[in-house]
Amino acid sequence: MRKLTLWLSAGLALLLLAASVHAQQQPLKIGFGMSLTGPLAGNGKAALISMQIWAEDVNARGGLLGRKVELVYYDDQTNPSTVPSIYNKLLDVDKVDLVVSGYGTNVIAPAMPIMMQRNMTFMALFGLNVNSKFNYDRYFQIMPAGPEPAIGWTQGFFDVAMTLNPRPQTVALVGADAEYPALALEGARAQAKRTGLKIVYDKSYPPNTVDFSPIVRAIQATNPDLVFLASYPPDSAGMVRAVNEVGLKTRMFGGGLVGTQFAALKTQLGPLLNGMVNYEAYTPEVAAKFPFLDQFLAKYQGRAVKEGVDPLGFYLPPYAYAMMQVLEQAIKATGGLDQAKLADYMHSYEFDTYVGKVRFAKNGEWSIPRMLTVQYHGVNGNDLEQWMKPGHVTVLAPGDYKTGTVLAPYQENRK
Amino acid sequence: MEFPTALVLNAIVAGLLLGGFYAAVSVGISISFGMLDVVNIAHPAFIILGSYVAYSFNDRMGVDPIVVSIVLSPLFFAFGLLLYRIYYQCFEKRGQESLRGLAFFFGILFITEVVLVLVFGVDYRLVGTAYSSTTLHLGAVDFPLRLAVPFVVAVTMVVCVQLYLSRTFFGRAVLAVAQDQLALRLMGVNPIRVKEFAFALSIATAGVAGALLIVIQPVQPAIGREYIGLVFAVCVLGGMGSIWGTLLGALILGLAESFTSTFFGPSWAPAVSFGILLAALAFKPSGLLGR
Repeated sequence: MRKLTLWLSAGLALLLLAASVHAQQQPLKIGFGMSLTGPLAGNGKAALISMQIWAEDVNARGGLLGRKVELVYYDDQTNPSTVPSIYNKLLDVDKVDLVVSGYGTNVIAPAMPIMMQRNMTFMALFGLNVNSKFNYDRYFQIMPAGPEPAIGWTQGFFDVAMTLNPRPQTVALVGADAEYPALALEGARAQAKRTGLKIVYDKSYPPNTVDFSPIVRAIQATNPDLVFLASYPPDSAGMVRAVNEVGLKTRMFGGGLVGTQFAALKTQLGPLLNGMVNYEAYTPEVAAKFPFLDQFLAKYQGRAVKEGVDPLGFYLPPYAYAMMQVLEQAIKATGGLDQAKLADYMHSYEFDTYVGKVRFAKNGEWSIPRMLTVQYHGVNGNDLEQWMKPGHVTVLAPGDYKTGTVLAPYQENRK
Repeated sequence: MEFPTALVLNAIVAGLLLGGFYAAVSVGISISFGMLDVVNIAHPAFIILGSYVAYSFNDRMGVDPIVVSIVLSPLFFAFGLLLYRIYYQCFEKRGQESLRGLAFFFGILFITEVVLVLVFGVDYRLVGTAYSSTTLHLGAVDFPLRLAVPFVVAVTMVVCVQLYLSRTFFGRAVLAVAQDQLALRLMGVNPIRVKEFAFALSIATAGVAGALLIVIQPVQPAIGREYIGLVFAVCVLGGMGSIWGTLLGALILGLAESFTSTFFGPSWAPAVSFGILLAALAFKPSGLLGR
């Protein structure tokens, strides 16, 4: 009987050991939905490349917690309605250990209720002010919009506008009927109130609008000092072209156009961007302030060209990599995958990433805003090379990164 | 609400230019759906295919996208012949064209998008032409050539299609097949051949419309879905199978969109457009020029 017990105990111990070894050899799965088709697929695919580069780098260093990292992802088609089912599948069927978001406000917001129900720590990639309604304490955002994103996002444009002499009096606000532009316009309204500007036009347009010239003419009829636009890539292109065709006369134009940060629209619009004020996450003019970014871009750019996505990689890709670096450092520091511990750690410590030091505010946003407000000028032709080196972008804000002052009025600097 | 003359005139011109483009993307649906009863939901995907073909030649050889689309329209025509042949053999011949045929074209829509993603990637593509950034001014009225050139090509194409259908024997056979296939068969004409030809013609127009689209705005593989509602709305508003009706419906929707955007706010534009559609159907269920 004693012999049998001994054998059974030994067998059980072996089984437990085998199970433990098996668990250690199981990859550490990180799941997410990403826009690989649909209107924001260009950005989504660029982000995916960055995350894959990160996974390869981590695995080359031996993985995380002694386990290889595996990315499990599905195409959300840039369609918010696909997002809940993707994250449910990731958590229930694929049994991922961690989740991060796809790209953009539209697909981050629908994932939030699931994250909250499951108590997951949720790193998000470039969603504007998503947590303002949810107030979820395990939400973290890698976009450097600052602790008050809607206001911080638009602050640069309005702060720069207020340096104009004479001081502007009126503003026109226009944007697409979609999540991000709606939130950006909300911030712009708050900025108008803060700066005492009178709003003379405040309208949104359907995302599938083809001709924007009637909108630009309607704006021109109100003769605004400033025109703030919040748009997604196709309408950014349409609005910029319409503004040039109609010959919009205003003192400053731009603010919240998505798309002009990427090579595709930079090269396609070329000189049509001259004079416009917009936001960028990085430009070669401030390379000295981003000492580690070259290491990332060297890895990213070659691959991006092969895969037919943004060959510059100045905007989203470094932040997608940085998002994963934050997660990596938190996992290493806490020594596990406990969601509460990860969130506590991310709230408490600063992270070293390719985009610089990152510290999160209480609501999970960056503790200090750092999106650059820039003005394009002297763009000639449509080649990509001119964007790879300094010369066509003036950084207007924030102060630490400033390389010049704004040129106004817009119509005189459009050429 | 003020209506300054310059703003009104520009709204009219912008609406007409936009309507012309809408006619180009809708004329193919007017043929396939309106005349042949083929619910080709994949039509916008073929338009995007036309955009990418035009983009390829423009990018590599600098050829004008509209010229490319006209030169290559026989290829789109041949593709249309093949596609209808498959559709006929697999669905129409077996009397399963209603639901399964619809699923077939949905499948074709997704396959076309995936192929475009694999070949061209997911980034936005736009072409540069000599006229893209030129705007002509006639007094206070602007004529951006980015929209004016596609308008001229679109209207020319629609007029040519109408003339072909109304003045040639084969064109009249297409009109006849829409009315009574049996009668056509009794007169010794094979309605399937006629339908095959007409469907191919509709795909050829999609190729040209695609080139016009990429002159006007950047495209990505899935952007065609945004036009599904529009093309069917134009087709129904104008009158099923009426080419002149398609042109008229497209111009009305273009003008409605332009006026709404200019004077009341662009977010109202879809509601006004579809309101017009509903009102027109309430008073004339067969569409503006439908029989």
